[in-house]
Amino acid sequence: MSEPVSFLGGRVAEGAVTVRDAGLQGMITLRGDLAATKVKNVVKKVTGQAIPAQRKALVEGRRGALWMSPDELLLLVPYAEAEEAVATITKALRGVHHLAVNVSDARAYVTVEGAGAAEVMAKNAPVDFSAAAFGAGDFRRSRVGQVAAAFWKDEAGAFHVVSFRSVGDYVFDLLRVSAEAGPVGALS
Amino acid sequence: MLTLQCPYCGVDAEETELTAGGEAHLKRETVGASDDDFEGYLFMRENPKGLHFERWRHSYGCGKWFLAARDTNTLEVFGTYPAQSKEPPKDLRDKISAKRPGWSWREFK
Ligand SMILES: [Zn+2]
Repeated sequence: MSEPVSFLGGRVAEGAVTVRDAGLQGMITLRGDLAATKVKNVVKKVTGQAIPAQRKALVEGRRGALWMSPDELLLLVPYAEAEEAVATITKALRGVHHLAVNVSDARAYVTVEGAGAAEVMAKNAPVDFSAAAFGAGDFRRSRVGQVAAAFWKDEAGAFHVVSFRSVGDYVFDLLRVSAEAGPVGALS
Repeated sequence: MLTLQCPYCGVDAEETELTAGGEAHLKRETVGASDDDFEGYLFMRENPKGLHFERWRHSYGCGKWFLAARDTNTLEVFGTYPAQSKEPPKDLRDKISAKRPGWSWREFK
């Protein structure tokens, strides 16, 4: 067996705002009727979380559920458990119209943390990142720079950014350069 | 800059998160259609200076298609509604009537 490594290989750009590879993270795309009891139950079983409300993220450590659309969630589980989690979902939802896929290796995963993290995000996404508009547990699918990305904010004010693996380099460098350039004061 | 509210996400998505999808409420003509009807379906489009109904996709967001009513001249947005709608919802039509009395667009008014 080869040792799994995250796409960004543990890269870190330290500064007033630090941009870092969040490391290996199990990610499962789940599509289906989010109001169905069987779906709710298996999401709870696999992630420990309820179905998140519209544009919300429910995350605890490496486990969580992110609201991607009215019929899609991105489930977070520890990397090593992703295959098993997909098997659990597939078994629990037998006969229920759904789709569950392990997308862990198709994603890059970056954390943006520090006092000016919201400004770094605001430089790159067409989203209102003021504390009143985008608080802890808020989630958005949008773009950063020129590529699609999904992100949410945690209790500590850090942002967690998910992108396609193929554009992971771009996303990391974009956020790193934005962090290096310093705050512009737009959100303070 | 055009900002449309996605009816699925509820976010006010600005233009760069969206993809334009042409005219809304086209009726697909298929097997058995007359040549004229089929030509209309393929080629004939409204091109108003003013009120227009369009398809948009929240492509960088939830990925869903939705419909929007806006003014192509002033960029005023009257509202957005789900793609599954066969016609603009009543409350939206009333809202447009309040601002553009006597409006009509294809078979809607
Ligand atoms: Zn949307």
